[in-house]
Order: sequence, then structure tokens, then C-alpha cells
Amino acid sequence: MTAPDKTLTTPTQTPNRFERDTRRKIINMVFVVLATGATAFAVGALLLILYSLVVNGLGGINLAVFTMDQPPPGEVGGLRNAILGSIIMCTMGMALAVVVGILSGTWLAEYGDGSRIASTVRFLNDVLLSAPSILVGLFVYEMLVRPFHGFSALAGAVALAFLATPVVTRTTEDILRLQSGALREAGMALGANRGFVIRTIIWRASQSGLVTGALLGFARISGETAPLLFTSLGNPFQSFRLDQPMAALPTTIFQFALSAYDDWRRLAWVGALLIATTVLAINILGRVLTRGSTHK
Amino acid sequence: MNFELSQEEQPSVIHGPPAGSLVIDVRGLNFFYGKTQALFDVDLPVARNHITALIGPSGCGKSTLLRTLNRIYDLYPNQRAEGQILFNGEDVLSGKGSDDASDGSQRVNGDTSRLRARVGMVFQRPTPFPMSIYDNIAFGVRLHRKVSKADMDVIVERALTRSALWDEVKDKLNQSGLGLSGGQQQRLCVARGIAVEPDVLLLDEPASALDPLSTAKLETALVELKDTFSIVIVTHNLQQAARISDYTAFMLMGRMIEFRASTDAFVSPETQAMRDYVTGRFG
Repeated sequence: MTAPDKTLTTPTQTPNRFERDTRRKIINMVFVVLATGATAFAVGALLLILYSLVVNGLGGINLAVFTMDQPPPGEVGGLRNAILGSIIMCTMGMALAVVVGILSGTWLAEYGDGSRIASTVRFLNDVLLSAPSILVGLFVYEMLVRPFHGFSALAGAVALAFLATPVVTRTTEDILRLQSGALREAGMALGANRGFVIRTIIWRASQSGLVTGALLGFARISGETAPLLFTSLGNPFQSFRLDQPMAALPTTIFQFALSAYDDWRRLAWVGALLIATTVLAINILGRVLTRGSTHK
Repeated sequence: MNFELSQEEQPSVIHGPPAGSLVIDVRGLNFFYGKTQALFDVDLPVARNHITALIGPSGCGKSTLLRTLNRIYDLYPNQRAEGQILFNGEDVLSGKGSDDASDGSQRVNGDTSRLRARVGMVFQRPTPFPMSIYDNIAFGVRLHRKVSKADMDVIVERALTRSALWDEVKDKLNQSGLGLSGGQQQRLCVARGIAVEPDVLLLDEPASALDPLSTAKLETALVELKDTFSIVIVTHNLQQAARISDYTAFMLMGRMIEFRASTDAFVSPETQAMRDYVTGRFG
């Protein structure tokens, strides 16, 4: 490079410019093609899965699916016990996860700033976020199933809570950090203490984000099979007892899909379609809620 | 920029108001963000029922000084103030005393909650709470005393009237404060601050995010409020300082350079630095 020239803007003085622009455009094009291709690949795979779910599952949906319990092979039946079992255990799991997750996420965002404990907790939470769910199932098996000599819906709910809590914790922390420091200061400048400001102002301002976090956690656990295999086990009959094994859609699908009976496998497809639809609906709902909040 | 060197030795020039009329008297204040010192031996007299403007270039410490007056910096563990801030004669920096709210005295006794009830604050950007207009005002009042619904209605109307917002919102008190325009939100924040009946109202560049018309409305409200409250306002806008303030404090690099009545401050500044600043040579 020679000395800087202030008149570099005229093309005649920059013979390389055309060449440089072309190279930049080619590189840009290559990456656009690569990125588009990768997206198309992922979306295509997703569409194929949805397509086979709908083709194989939609035909099997009828009233009996929702009103009858699972049948012995060869007889008419439905998935009522599995659907209700899933709802019960997911709701209990979420109740636990929301309480623990929102409180710990709040602590990380509001009180743990810069402390060593907070960064350790945050790191462990991220580890839990991607922990194999079968390990969580085994852990709860050792904690709640073996000591009490029996599989139970409660153990299933706890296992699901272990999976949802990190999701809720993480989203809660992220959402609370989005609130401006001035809002916190404004509350405290009126003489309120920190906890009061968080409960009455910050949580309220973050409402839709917190709900979204809970919905994402719910979506995460509603299709989980592995943690339930060692905890709630599954139950061919309708049960509402929390100390007894309970059926759930994913475990029933697992059992039916591996079976040799055509009617069971058809029900498995129906169950899979139900879960996929529910998760999709929850995710869309979460998106709609967060979009609503940014428009305020 | 040779005045930067000479600033070290130059004592600040204070033409203060009579000593008896001070609501806040800052003496020899040093302030630290961690190890970085941001204020150096700052004095600031705040006259009762007057408007005091803090001016100076960005980073000179005006906002920092303002934030010490209600000890809002306490939120951040690595921030620290040394020196004296006398509020009605009581040093609010040293008082780490008992939290005895039962004696009903006017003393703050080191309780930051009581201090902040007496020294309100409005921020640069409007900070309405995510609740109704009515509840925004009631929030601070409910923190400090129990008030019946009827009394609260009166307090809310009075606060909104005094901040010149009542006519615009009287029909939608139950709507969210977030739905107001920026200028209305800022006046809502002023109303929220004065509803608690503080002695002092601190404003940190309250008009910097507002359009000229909203700014004018806010300024009119402030000038009327000084009959009841003492006001300290940080501003980048010299015309604004000249328009509304009674006293002007000029700061530079963490030091108080000159303090005097605003009528003199913009006509005949004593220090070269302030002369340069108000005539637009830097800043």
C-alpha cells in the first residue's frame, strides 16, 4: 500500500475493484446456495415425517381413540388411558418445573450476577438441558422407584420435571435479562425493595415470555419415552393412582409400534400423530405469544 | 486542550444560595465504579423549592452525582460513594442505622427505602410499569402508607393534574400505561414520583427522548412543581437549563467547576471551561 489517497473513490484509480467485487459476489452466492440447501434439506425431512404421520395416522382417528382404553390385540379399542396418563404426568411435571425453573431463572438473572455459584449453576443447567433423557429416567429410577419397590406415575412426573426445568430456567433467565435496568431502578427509586420489584414489575413485564418458556418445556417433555420407561412404566388400564404405574402416549406408542399386531401398530401411528400435532400447536402458540409481546 | 491539565489545581467556584435554604448539601463527594474514580471532591448545594440544573459534557459525572442523591447506586455492589450528602441536615451516606420506621420522625436513619420515598427520580427513558395508569401512580403510594380507595383516587388525580397529564388520561385510567406516547409516559413517571410526596425530585435527562412539544409540556409542569418540590435536573440541553433552572452546576471530568445562579451562569461564567462550554466551543 502506498500512502492513503483521499480520492480513491473514482474507479480509474482502483483497477482491482471490479475483480474484488466479483470475488465477493461469487463467495456470497456459494454461501447463499449452501445455506438454502441445508434449510431445504431440514425442512424436507420434517415435511416427510409429517407426511408419513398424517398418511398413516389420520385414517385411524375416530371417536374410539379418545373414549376407549387400549385393546388386547385383535379387538376394538383406543388410547384414552394413554392420553389421560400423558396429560396427568406432563401437567404434574410442568407444575414442578415451572416453580423450580422460574425461581432459579430469576435468581440467575437478578441476584447471581457475576458470582461463581451462579456461573456454576448456569453451566450445570446447560448440561442438564442436553442430558440424555434415558439417564434422567435411570436417575429417578434409583431415587423414587427402587427405594419404594414400584413404578409410579409420581416417579414419571418427577422424571419429566427434571427434563423441563432446565428449559424453563434458561428461558426465564434470558427473558428477565431483556428487561431494562431502568425499569428495575424505577421501581426501587420509589422505595420498593428488590424482591417486590421483581414480583410486581419485572415478572409482569415478562409475562408472555415466561408463559412461552413453560410451553417450550411442555413441548419438550410431551414426547419423551425414555424417562418414563423406568419410572411410570405404562399401564394397559385406566389408572388415576399416582403411586401406581400409569400409561402415557409415548410408552404406549413404543410398545404398540414394536408389536406384531396390525391394529396396535395403527394405533401407534395415531398416537404419534396426536403428539406431533400437540407439540406443533404448542410451539405455534408460544411463537404467537412472544410476537404479541414485542409489539407492545 | 490544555485546560485539562490546569483543571487539577483549579478550585471550584461556588456562588451558592443562602445556607439556610438547602434541602440537600453535598460536601466533598468522591464516587467509585469499582477502582475507577468518577467524582472528585464534589460539592453541590440544592436549594429548597428551586430547580438546580447539572450540565457538562458526556461522561463528566452529572448522572453519577444525581444517582448518589437517592443512593440508587446501592443496587450495584461495586459502586461506592465517600463524603457527605446532607439531606435536611442528616448525612444519608453514613447512616447505616436501625430500620426503625415506627418513630414517625422525618429522619431517614440509613433506610434507603425511606430516603427514596423522600427523594424521587425520573429516568432518561420513560419507565412506565406494566400495569394501568392508575396503578402506576398508586404503586409508590401503597409502598409507604395504607390509603383508602377514595383517598387514592384523590392522590392519583392530584398527581396527574400537577404533572399536566390529567386531561389527556382521565377517561382511560384503567388502561395500560404502556399505551401512552413517550411524552405522556414521561409525565406519568413524574406523576408517579410526586404522588409519594417527596421533598426532592431528581430528573436524569428526562426530555432527551422527547419531541419539542412534549419537552415544552414537561418543562411547564416542572416549573409549576417547584412551588412544592425541590428539583435537580441533569440535562444536555443548555437552552433547557437556562429556561427552567434557578441554579446551574457545571461539571467537567468528575469535578464541580462552577455553581451559580442560572441568570449569571449563561451570561458571565467565571471559569474559562464553563465559558467555552456554554458558548459551544466543546461538549
